[in-house]
Amino acid sequence: MDLTLHVWRQSGPKDKGQLETYPAKGVSPDMSFLEMLDEVNEGLIKSGKQPIVFDHDCREGICGMCSQVINGRPHGGQERTTVCQLHMRSFNDGDEIFIEPWRARAFPIVKDLIVDRSALESIMQAGGYTSCHTGGVPDGNAHPIGKPVADYAMDAAECIGCGACVAGCPNSSAMLFTSAKVAQLAVLPQGKIEAKARVKNMTDSLQEQGFGNCTNHLECEASCPKGISVKFIAKLNREYMKTIGC
Amino acid sequence: MHLTQSTVGRKILMAVTGLLLVGFITMHLLGNLSVFAGPDGINAYAEHLKSLGPLVWVFRLIMLALFAVHVTFGIKLSMENRAATPVNYSIKKRMKTTFSSESMLYTGLIILAFLIYHLLHFTVQITNPEISAAKLPLDAAMRPDVFSMVVLSFQKVFIALVYIVGMIALFLHLTHGLSSFVQTFGWNNGPSHDKVTLGGKLVAVVFLLAYVAIPVLILARFVNI
Amino acid sequence: MILDGKTPTGPIEKSWDKHRFDMKLVNPSNKRKFKILVVGTGLAGGAAAASLGELGYNVEAFCYQDSARRAHSIAAQGGINAAKNYPNDGDSIYRLFYDTIKGGDFRAREADVWRLSQVSNNIIDQCVAQGVPFARDYAGYLDNRSFGGAQVSRTFYARGQTGQQLLLGAYSALSRQVKAGTVKLNERTEMLDLVVVDGVAKGITCRNMVTGEINSYWGDAVVLATGGYVNVFYLSTNAMGCSVTAAWKAAKKGAFMANPCYTQIHPTCIPQTGDHQSKLTLMSESLRNDGRCWVPKKKEDCDKAPGDVPEEDRDYYLERKYPSFGNLAPRDIASRAAKEQCDDERGVGPGKRGVYLDYASAIERVGEHTIKERYGNLFEMYEKITDENAYKRPMRIYPAPHYAMGGLWVDYNLMSNVPGLFVLGEANFSVHGANRLGASALMQGLADGYFVIPYTIAAYLATVTPGTVTDEHPAFKESKEQVEERINTLLNIKGKKTVSELHRELGKVMWEDVGMARSEESLKHALQRIPEIRDEFWNNVNVTGSGAELNQQLENAGRLADFLEFGEILATDALHREESCGGHFRVEHQTEDGEATRDDENFAYVGAWEFKGNDKAPELHKEPLKFENIKLAVRSYK
Repeated sequence: MDLTLHVWRQSGPKDKGQLETYPAKGVSPDMSFLEMLDEVNEGLIKSGKQPIVFDHDCREGICGMCSQVINGRPHGGQERTTVCQLHMRSFNDGDEIFIEPWRARAFPIVKDLIVDRSALESIMQAGGYTSCHTGGVPDGNAHPIGKPVADYAMDAAECIGCGACVAGCPNSSAMLFTSAKVAQLAVLPQGKIEAKARVKNMTDSLQEQGFGNCTNHLECEASCPKGISVKFIAKLNREYMKTIGC
Repeated sequence: MHLTQSTVGRKILMAVTGLLLVGFITMHLLGNLSVFAGPDGINAYAEHLKSLGPLVWVFRLIMLALFAVHVTFGIKLSMENRAATPVNYSIKKRMKTTFSSESMLYTGLIILAFLIYHLLHFTVQITNPEISAAKLPLDAAMRPDVFSMVVLSFQKVFIALVYIVGMIALFLHLTHGLSSFVQTFGWNNGPSHDKVTLGGKLVAVVFLLAYVAIPVLILARFVNI
Repeated sequence: MILDGKTPTGPIEKSWDKHRFDMKLVNPSNKRKFKILVVGTGLAGGAAAASLGELGYNVEAFCYQDSARRAHSIAAQGGINAAKNYPNDGDSIYRLFYDTIKGGDFRAREADVWRLSQVSNNIIDQCVAQGVPFARDYAGYLDNRSFGGAQVSRTFYARGQTGQQLLLGAYSALSRQVKAGTVKLNERTEMLDLVVVDGVAKGITCRNMVTGEINSYWGDAVVLATGGYVNVFYLSTNAMGCSVTAAWKAAKKGAFMANPCYTQIHPTCIPQTGDHQSKLTLMSESLRNDGRCWVPKKKEDCDKAPGDVPEEDRDYYLERKYPSFGNLAPRDIASRAAKEQCDDERGVGPGKRGVYLDYASAIERVGEHTIKERYGNLFEMYEKITDENAYKRPMRIYPAPHYAMGGLWVDYNLMSNVPGLFVLGEANFSVHGANRLGASALMQGLADGYFVIPYTIAAYLATVTPGTVTDEHPAFKESKEQVEERINTLLNIKGKKTVSELHRELGKVMWEDVGMARSEESLKHALQRIPEIRDEFWNNVNVTGSGAELNQQLENAGRLADFLEFGEILATDALHREESCGGHFRVEHQTEDGEATRDDENFAYVGAWEFKGNDKAPELHKEPLKFENIKLAVRSYK
């Protein structure tokens, strides 16, 4: 099939950037979206132009590196699918495809479709851990954890940190990202001890990094390629309430 | 204080004040519906409220404070959220965000404007003094004739429209607000949330129908002096 | 030269404890004076940087991704082994040790494997303390599953994302240290040279992948945890950015590359669909528990829909060749058998490089519901990629390069032959021998990072004075200039072929000639072709853009240039190893019915290669392997 791509090109953080149009001809429906871009890039290189740069690495939907808003939806909007797992068979011959980077003040554009997501690192560094030392910890079975609790923690822990929740959110809030870690650790005996400090520090960091506030649009849940539920934001809110007056 | 600065703390303040305001509009609605009982209904209700004296003022001050918090943080949070998204997408398709959730600031401001008008109209009574309870003769039981003021007002198309628009704004605001406070209070536990959202919408519809019934039925002359 | 692994003497059960006591320590107040550079933030590197930072060393860590959390350890699905014996099924440290040595086809060092087995239990405890949500039973205790190559249930798992959860655990520990200021993290930074001063590793030179700046970093020790090299095959299950570059730069500065020919080809991957393919996706090996592998008996049936091939015209080749193991034959056997069927022109699907993995009889036996419970997520992933419903139509699978058992040579302390250079995880050669068992890679990465390097690096640091060589030393300037010059050369070739075209060419040679079945003829062909492609690369590659910006073409070109040198060493090693063992299969060395024939008399050693330049043959150094605790035996799968 033949497609027309409208791709955001921006040479650096200070450049204004604009959408450029490229044809993508002879695209196989078996290609992944990124393989389609690879082919377009090969063509650009051959014609002496600069290839489109985009973040990608594992190409199997787990590393969280790929980050594109396709036709107005993060990762293309297919349920539980990252860009790298999106296949061209979900498009039709003659389609116009708009490809843009994540857009948020907290994610400045580095180049073309690549953004700087270090703000998410700061949130994690603010408290996304248990303060255990290497060694000197009790046996893994010392604290039994009921299966429903372990499953709940695992549901939250599936977050791949791609930032689609921020990209989709009309407020550019990273609340879903933050809540996934807060909720995971809050229900486990190992994480409970520091739960109060964690939720305060991580949400404060979210604010400091220039993300917006959560106003319950729930767009993050629909944008998330791992299907992380907004119930974890509710859990974060409950955890926060426990800190009131402390 | 952390609560007034934190992103979650302020969200909780919005939810708490919002919920209390919903409590107020519920009571207010029940009182207002007494208009359908004729002059003996609403005029007695108004007389009773007046007899509470200073308590009314305490209540009004509490409402003012709640409202001030809700409006101030509402505007502040919206401004911050706007600053957090400085560049728009060329194409953006919303998957879950609704018109009501995205227009909270605007519906909120419309409600604020409506409220000011409403207070000037029925409480201070300066927008249409000729049909205000202060100017109208007392009713048969020698009470200020609130009933006639309400009926004469809503028989004017413009005033009825203002109230209908105000109530539509309130409806949209509540459509998001009611399910939103459930989420903010942390009561969402996953699958049930769709039902909560639907429930919030239904409650908002009830408010809309009940409130709008007053100007609409009066305008349609179902209620007359 | 005969290499000395410096393994402790005495009974193996006491070897690690004794060694830990014998090693020197660094005084707590002196630790902060030592600067340690850790390259790579996967399980091994992330765990090492976090643990060393916590001990008080001054750590600087590097990764090429935009976050330490994205290293390719994250993609591991199955699980992590430990000798906890929670299921009470007879597991022990000794049994894990035995299984790993045997699984590695007797080509690993006993003492290293013993230590790995011993610390495996601490790893589980550590991860639980970090909040890793391992699968649990209803009573709240840790759950185990079975995995290939073991008769006990010792694999701990977190759904199909064990690697992700373990990495996020290590990443959280690392984040805590970054916050505490003991670790400085440099993301989007690629190591492009090792700085060696007077034969000792003293620093690295890196490219900032955003600005293009070349910077040197000094350290009292350098720790490489930079993963494996199977992207030399172009198509593999590795991430796109995985490369041999860091390890190869060290090799060019004198570190020996050990057993590079031991590469693991994983049998259950989704087949290639066309030339556009950029990587292959692995599906958990557990699929073979219920699926039956077959191809049509007749070539002309290959284009038919699988349902139209009658039962009697199907060749269930694994069941035919290995009646007792059948579809559960080990990874290397299953992979080779699939390739043989396709070479016989009986492959199926696009390009005829695929075999069927059929669930029809399993569904008939236990019902679709049970199959869905067992493999639902894998079937879903398969459908996402191929648009085929595996409940209705057999899956198509094909082997793909997956893991590198070989790597930089290290002694028992994980130090390479270059003093001050430590190598952890997949990047070193140490514990998997010629074949890695499932669920052992995660175990090794974390063992090296949490529980080995914190001790062994101290023994080295106690012998050096901190900060004696800093980046003021002329060697750093020289290294920086070399890196810059190489980048300029790449950018100025301005040829006709793109980097990925040339990488595909190299991959084709490596896969055809140095892949699953190697022969003297194929290896000699590869050794002739690789230098040709390398020449073409240096004369005809087209690298667009400049060095002073984010330039993915330049990054890829640099990595390919290293693969083009390393590939030759891999082929050389494969040619020299005149035996079949584990992942290395020489067609000349097999029994009549196609079993691998190991030659313990002549090849029970680690082959460590010293790079001497592209125009010179590399020099082989040997470290003889002694098996004092486990008797050498033939692996059989019949």
